[in-house]
Parts: sequence; C-alpha cells; structure tokens
Amino acid sequence: MERALTFDVVRRFLRGPVISARASWSLERDPVTVLFGPSGAGKTTVLRALAGLDRPEAGSITFAGETWFDAEKRLSLSSQARGVGFLFQEYALFPHLTVAANLAFGLHRLARAEREARVAEVAERFGIADLLPRRPGQLSGGQRQRVALGRALAPRPRLLLLDEPLSALDAPTREALRGELRHVLESAGVPAVVVTHDRTEALALGDRLAVLVDGAVRQVGPVHEVFSSPVDAEVARVVGTENVFPSRLLRREDGLVIVRAGSAELVAVDPGGIEDEAYACVRAEDVVLEPPEGHPSSALNRLTGVVAARQPEGPLVRITVGCGVSLVALVTRASAERLHLLPGQRVSAVVKASSIRVVPRRA
Amino acid sequence: MDTAALALSARLAGLTTLTLLLLGLPLAWWLVTSRFRAKFLVEAVVALPLVLPPTVLGFYLLTGLGPRSPAGRLFEAVAGHPFPFSFAGLLVASVLYSLPFSVQPFAAALAGVDRQLIEASHTLGVSPLGTFLRVTLPLAWPGVLAGAVLSFAHTLGEFGVVLMVGGNIPGRTRTMSVAIFDHVEALEYAAAHRTAGLLLAISFGVLTFVYALQRRPFFRWNER
Repeated sequence: MERALTFDVVRRFLRGPVISARASWSLERDPVTVLFGPSGAGKTTVLRALAGLDRPEAGSITFAGETWFDAEKRLSLSSQARGVGFLFQEYALFPHLTVAANLAFGLHRLARAEREARVAEVAERFGIADLLPRRPGQLSGGQRQRVALGRALAPRPRLLLLDEPLSALDAPTREALRGELRHVLESAGVPAVVVTHDRTEALALGDRLAVLVDGAVRQVGPVHEVFSSPVDAEVARVVGTENVFPSRLLRREDGLVIVRAGSAELVAVDPGGIEDEAYACVRAEDVVLEPPEGHPSSALNRLTGVVAARQPEGPLVRITVGCGVSLVALVTRASAERLHLLPGQRVSAVVKASSIRVVPRRA
Repeated sequence: MDTAALALSARLAGLTTLTLLLLGLPLAWWLVTSRFRAKFLVEAVVALPLVLPPTVLGFYLLTGLGPRSPAGRLFEAVAGHPFPFSFAGLLVASVLYSLPFSVQPFAAALAGVDRQLIEASHTLGVSPLGTFLRVTLPLAWPGVLAGAVLSFAHTLGEFGVVLMVGGNIPGRTRTMSVAIFDHVEALEYAAAHRTAGLLLAISFGVLTFVYALQRRPFFRWNER
C-alpha cells in the first residue's frame, strides 16, 4: 500500500465556524502540499492537529499507516512521539539560546560529537554558519527564518509543517526567500504541509493544493489543476485565477519574458527571479475574445484556436478556448451571442502582457 | 546583638524559600497550565495568607497540628517532637504564610513565557519536564528570583505566626522580629534599635534588588 497522510479533523470554536476537514494524499510523490484558503477556513487548526499541538474533538489522523490520533479509541500520540518539524509563523526561536543552541535543541538524544557535527552540517546548508554564536534578537527576519527551518529539519523529522512561513517577513525579503524556501522543501527529502492564504506563495511553493473553505477541504490536486479547474464556484472564488499554466522560460526581451505553456508562447512582464520553470497565470476576465481575422492592437498575446466548451454563469459565459493551452475566458452573454461562440467556432484570444502574471518555481 | 536570633531568622527564611521553590514552582506551573475547572478555589486558598491575620493561620495550625489532633500525633511520630514550639512547626507555618509571595510571582513569570516556545520545544521532541527546565524556567528566571527573594524577606519580617506557633524559645523559635518585641517590652531600646535597623536594612536591600531586577534588562533576552 502506498504511504499516505490521512486526516479527519473536527473542532468547534465558540464563536466561529465548525472545522470538519478531511483529506488524504500520498507521501511518496509531490512532497509539498499547500493548505490554501481564506483566513478562518481552518488551515492552522488542521496544521496544529497534525503536529499534535491541539487535540481535535473528533476524527482521526494516520501517517504512513501509523495512527497519530483516533478520537474513538481515545488515542493521541504526543508531539514528541510524532517526529514532526514545525515552523511557526513568528519562528519561535528560543531567545535565551544562541543560534547554535537553537539548532541543537532537538538533538538532545545524540552524543555530543554527533550533535555538533549535525549542527555544523545544517548551518552550512542554510548558510548561517557565521551566525552560530549570535542570539535570535540580533538576527534579521530572513536569518531567523533560516535558523527556524534549520532547527526544525535538524532532528530529521518525518513530516515538516509550516504555518504561513513567509508572512512574518517584509515584502522584499519575502520575494527573495520564496524561491529559496521552495528549493529547501524540494531538497529536504521530507513531505511538507504549508499553510498559506497567499496565491503566489501557494503557486511558488506547492506541488499539491488542498483548498479549505469554511472548515472543510473542498479540493485536493496538483496546484495548476486546482487553479484551472476548481470543483465548484466557492473554490473558484477562493483560488481566484482560472488560468494557471505550467511553463518554461524561453527567452527575455526588453523587460519581458517569453514562456512556453503547452504549445503556446506567452509574452509577460518580467517579474524577475525566473530561471526555468514557472506558472503563467491569467484571470478569465482579462481575456478578450475576437474573430480570428483580427486587427492590430497593443496586446502582445494573440492565440487563435477553437471554442472547446461553453458554460453560462449568470450574466456571463465561461468560454474555454483550445489554443495550444486550454484558456478560459469570461465574457458577457451578449458578446458570446454576437461572436457565435459555440463549440467548434474558431476564435482568437487576446491578452495583454501585463495581464499575465508569471510565478517562478525555482530559486 | 542577638546573633542567635539573627541566625535563626536567616535559617528559617532560607529553608522557607527553598521549600517554596520546590513546592511553589510546580504549584504555579499547575495553576498556569491546568484546565481544571475549580482552579479558582486553589488560587483563592493560595492567596488567603495575604488577607488573613497571622493569628488565624497560627490558631488553625496549632489546633490542626497540635498534640491532640491525628495530624499532630502523626507529626510527632515522624519528627520525634510535638509540632508547636518547634523549628519544624515554624517552617511549616512560614511556608504556608509566604505561599502567595512566591506562587503569585512564579505563576506570573511562567505565564509570561511565550506559549509557542513551549510548543516549539515539544515538536522538537523534548519532554514537558525537559521543556520546563530548558525553556520555561530560564525565560521566567527573573520572576522566579523575585518570588524567592520576596518569600525570603517576608519570612524574615514575620511576627504573628511565629509567635503563635513557635512561641519565644531562644535559639529555637526566637526570631529577630520576636526579639525586637522582647527588647521593647523590656525597655531595651538600644538593642531594639540595632535589631530593627538591621531588619529594615536587609528588607530595603532585598526589595531594591527585586525592583531593580525587574526594571533593568539584566537578562539580555528580555529586551524588546
């Protein structure tokens, strides 16, 4: 049987929603799962239950066949026994200890020589070797995050849990550390669960997305899949961006990037930091549909294809165009009638370069 | 100078403080972390010595632990002497009387430690006791020290309970505060001045130390 993380977490709050979140995913591929949703959806509740920091009122948690929690059997493994690494939102570094002692904190079972070797190894890997004698009060936000990550990974946990790992940082540092964090999570060799409410973070960090709305897990799947085909209107509202295409950088020109998505080439404004893989994101309402013969315009992206699907949505119609990628456009009903946008109809999709957001996937 | 009384007071205050560290810290920790519903009852009991006249506490200790009570007979069987008018009796009374002076600062200090640091320690595989010793106590240290110092000073200045439970036996239960009372009754004002002045100086010094400790960022990690 495939090793999996399976949970069913039920918790009631005095003033607030009832959390009843259940999901299951494989631990053998796609190491990083993002728990994504608006604040108050229950993301942190699930994360803390996985860590054993809070006890759900009902439900169960199993990790790779091992029961961590079972309300019916009155079984709850302590945090200590679960062997998880937890990255707190504000990092929770021990203020009275040096960076070296913080890194060594979870290594109390190792012999001294081994412990020192492990601290040196982790410090080297996170580029914090010269910070070892300092105290957390003397570190910058980015340095704190690295120390906290190193501390969580030093005891070689079986599961890494990160609660809004970038939210304590100022915007420029956050931009800079996002790719670095993805790299760490990818190379850690440990499955990770990341809580975030930020779309860019979810795209940049996750392999798999689990969307929480009002205390329930509504959809689990590969990141771009969840973004481009949400199961219901609420998930669609939460993820907000209909078109998310895995892409690869082709070249840079005049502050623009040209990426390949499917068999289409897209031109977007260069956000910086893209080296190879990225996601190209377009909101459906930013896509203009025109007859294929067209006319000159300022928009740099003009993709011609055929209408693949048409789905009414109130006063609007959701049109899916197969044009090298499967591009979703949201147009008014009147426009759809005027252009005869029925399946099979040839049409051009026009998108401004500034409407395509490219999110890097690698540092 | 009544050195016997000074030595006795110092010994009593020292042992009381030590006992309160051993008993008061776990009690304070329990008060901070427990979800027991009737916790407020325990808190009220701990705070009682703040409002009770010492004679009330002394009276109940004497009747509850006197030679004619079951607890008193047990005490006598274990200690080899009756509870009243002994140093051990004095110690028990002092510990109870100074309980709020240690437990309340201890609890405030322990409660002031960021809960996430404790959780971080747990997720790093460190046991609750290990976490208490490696995280909570080092961070709560100034408050714990303040509680210990206050208990020490409060025991030094104790009068009513000592007189009720211990009586006035030189070298055994005659503390400095009782000695001052004796001196004044015997109209030995010079001796009373010396002892009272010494007690005043010690108490002032101790309190200055406690307040200075809480103001100065003596412990560097308490900055910010």
